[in-house]
Amino acid sequence: MKRYFGRKLLVYILTFFIAVTIDWMIPRFMPGNPVDVLMARAGSFAGATELMHDYYTKVFGLDVPLWQQYINFWGALLHGDLGISVYVFPKPVAEVIMDAVPFDIFLLVPSILLSWFAGNWFGAFAARSKRLDNTILPLGYILTATPYMWLAMLLAWTLGIVFEVFPIAGGYSFSLTPTFSWVFISSLFKHWFLPFISLFLVGFGGWAIGMRNMIIYELEADYSHYLEALGAPRKLVRKYAFNNAVLPQLTGLALQLGVIVAGALVTEVVFSYPGIGYLILQAINTRDYFLLQGCFLFIILGVLLANFVIDIAYVLVDPRTRAGMQGESA
Amino acid sequence: MMNLKKNELLYFALRNNKLKVGLAILLFFAVLTVVGPLLTDYPPFDYIGPAAAPPSAEFWFGTTTFGQDVFTQFVHGLKASFLVGIVGGGLGTLLGILIGFIAGYRGGLVDEILNMLTNIVLVIPTLAVLLIIVAYLEVRGLFIESIFIGCTAWPWAARAIRAQTFSLRSRDFVDLARLSGMKSLKVIFTEIAPNMMSYLLLVFILQFGGAVLIAATLDFIGLGPTNAISLGLMMNNAVLWGALILGIWWWFIPPGLAITAIVGALYVTNVGLDEVFNPKLREM
Amino acid sequence: MSLEVENLKVYYQTLRGDVKALDDVTFGLNSGEIMGLAGESGCGKTTLGHSLIRLNPPMKFIEGSVKLNHEELPIWDMEKMNDFRFMKISIIPQYAMNAMNPTRKIGDMVSDLLRSRGLDFSATLPELKRRLEMVKLPSNVLKMYPIELSGGMKQRMVMVISTLMNPSLLIADEITSALDVASQKAVAELLVEFRDQECCNSAIVITHDISILYQIADSIMIMYAGQLAEKASAEAIIHAPRHPYTKLLISSLPKVGIKHTEKRLPGIPGKPPLLLNPPTGCRFRERCPLAYGKCLEAPPFKEVEKGHFVACWKEFEQNA
Repeated sequence: MKRYFGRKLLVYILTFFIAVTIDWMIPRFMPGNPVDVLMARAGSFAGATELMHDYYTKVFGLDVPLWQQYINFWGALLHGDLGISVYVFPKPVAEVIMDAVPFDIFLLVPSILLSWFAGNWFGAFAARSKRLDNTILPLGYILTATPYMWLAMLLAWTLGIVFEVFPIAGGYSFSLTPTFSWVFISSLFKHWFLPFISLFLVGFGGWAIGMRNMIIYELEADYSHYLEALGAPRKLVRKYAFNNAVLPQLTGLALQLGVIVAGALVTEVVFSYPGIGYLILQAINTRDYFLLQGCFLFIILGVLLANFVIDIAYVLVDPRTRAGMQGESA
Repeated sequence: MMNLKKNELLYFALRNNKLKVGLAILLFFAVLTVVGPLLTDYPPFDYIGPAAAPPSAEFWFGTTTFGQDVFTQFVHGLKASFLVGIVGGGLGTLLGILIGFIAGYRGGLVDEILNMLTNIVLVIPTLAVLLIIVAYLEVRGLFIESIFIGCTAWPWAARAIRAQTFSLRSRDFVDLARLSGMKSLKVIFTEIAPNMMSYLLLVFILQFGGAVLIAATLDFIGLGPTNAISLGLMMNNAVLWGALILGIWWWFIPPGLAITAIVGALYVTNVGLDEVFNPKLREM
Repeated sequence: MSLEVENLKVYYQTLRGDVKALDDVTFGLNSGEIMGLAGESGCGKTTLGHSLIRLNPPMKFIEGSVKLNHEELPIWDMEKMNDFRFMKISIIPQYAMNAMNPTRKIGDMVSDLLRSRGLDFSATLPELKRRLEMVKLPSNVLKMYPIELSGGMKQRMVMVISTLMNPSLLIADEITSALDVASQKAVAELLVEFRDQECCNSAIVITHDISILYQIADSIMIMYAGQLAEKASAEAIIHAPRHPYTKLLISSLPKVGIKHTEKRLPGIPGKPPLLLNPPTGCRFRERCPLAYGKCLEAPPFKEVEKGHFVACWKEFEQNA
């Protein structure tokens, strides 16, 4: 188990290191002087131009050798200094991101967990009967093939515009200021629901199909046949198959995190939901490269953290990893 | 005997409804991609008609708020999706095969290093990297986008292929080839690869679908090609110019529906093929 | 008679029609008898073993009857057979290495199994531990996962589980093929010990390794192309076989103690007929050096001497 976590930790540290390096490298190794490129694009901010030019030159520190630039970058990063945002000038990028993060957590954690559990449950259920299999399976394939933003747009258009059941923009009503009141919380919830349900549905389809296919494989495994040959009731055979099918599903969750996060980003864009995804769109539109870099690092951190949580969960679910044996490497 | 086996696969393939439905949908869109541009006289970005006109005999899928023909954009966007799928998915499969084969076949230190690399690329969210890279590129074409997608999509394929190679490596016929002094690469391509062809086909199909979805996502946040139309870009424009609020449903429904249909058909084809290749999954 | 099989027909359903894997098979097994079942691969021996306990698609029951201790086994009914499985009839599968759930401790798995059959695990535990001792496994294997056991240990563990309820009939399917020579012998001898200790009453040992059968089996039954060729005491089969196929099979054995591979026998020219559309008459006739006109008719499986059954016209002729 020590070895298992040791390996994982090494991968995570290396990953973070590489991600930060990519983040640092790209503006420097792209064709042209980064400051000139940035200034050319930020041209519309007439008043801020001079200020920004000085600022960028200072922060990029282009007058020192590359290796020093690199170390300085890490130094600033470890102090939580991600630069100043252009989009909400002159707020520090770290603060802008911290304002958005709660919305992401609020949106992602429930949609990921609920879709995973519900999908697994339905998938296992579908593999049980032919008729369910014939209805849930096609539905699952359609859902999992749906681009996140399209489902979001369909929901926004039907439930938001045509039937006017839910609001389709923002994290809460524009007329409210954040307070701990019932009105505000219900507004939060209403704005949260459509992004949540569209993320939930796409994920649900994928997990249901994955589980259904895994169970069928497990039911054909030797240990299932042996149980059947010893007259074990279907209930026990299925229970074992389910328990073993959950393991690859958990590994799958770790693999899917990147895709889910990407889905959340575009879903937020459709609903103007004030999370990181919405920030990224604004950063792209206003050429706010510091904000973009910051968002990138934050997503990496979030995904690494989630991966780590899944690793722990895997150890809890697969007893072999605990028994000191090499379980399936997630 | 070989012939018999092939006939049997064909028999199962023709009997498999999932495969038939999936391939039929794919074929439909492929034909539309080829024939579609011939059915329209307009360039995809030109303002040629009334603004926001609903579907009619002249504008089959209606027009955008600027008076662009949605059908024209749609068929050109389809082409972009197929291109990204083939190039991006193909590259992802190729890299996955190369890295997976080498890691699984050589084992030892080479495997350790490649495995580490795979795990790292696996953990970094693809989109985040693409976001950063693409954001700094001045001019972006479909091809460049496909290359970037392919370069980040290979890890799961590499991992799956590595596991398959591991199990095949220990079989007798591979040992025999190695003992008789064949070079590693030759063993990989003459002995191992043919035994995995069906599996590699399945990997490519999934990579294809994945590439189409990632491209749509990139395009949607405005990081797609700067010089061509794509289905993702259509949806981006639709949201940007108020298609939702104005109820111009004919602008955003076709592109999303096409992506869903193509990717869904790919997935269903994949399952169908899996059932054909894997007797255990066949329904008797 | 402990087991009586009469006119059993089990086909495999395939695209091109039914493969007649088991075509009109009739034989009996005495109480306490260990019968070896041998033949080339694809001769139907595994089908016979499996159809007695778990007849699942694409296997299809056509007709015939199987009686165990004079009680009809509903082998065509997957559900009804559950009452007999494990209790009256049990199997040590070919895939013993993977037969146990990899994510459950072995003891928990046995407990789950017993409880699902309405039995009390704690009441069975002392006997289970005694059996483990008998096969020289420490009782802490019950607290381990299958992956922690060696191949030989897994094999013995599965033998213990399968025979825990002292079944009347035990089917041992290629139990030695995955093991090295030393373990093969040990496992084979265990089987005899199990019978002697009454952990099972009688047993059918399916194998392509006749040398192992000679060591442990009381009788040997030879199958060819979905039908029975010969059944007699192990002694008679090895030293005085009567069916031409058995004769060739025995003579083509390199020497007792060396196992031949699961390929078609190099010593017998030709190959078995396809069972999709088998020829009429004796199915061995095309490879048989003694074949003559009468062989166009299918020979019955007849007792030519006490306890010695054979299906060959030439034999009947000589004995007539």
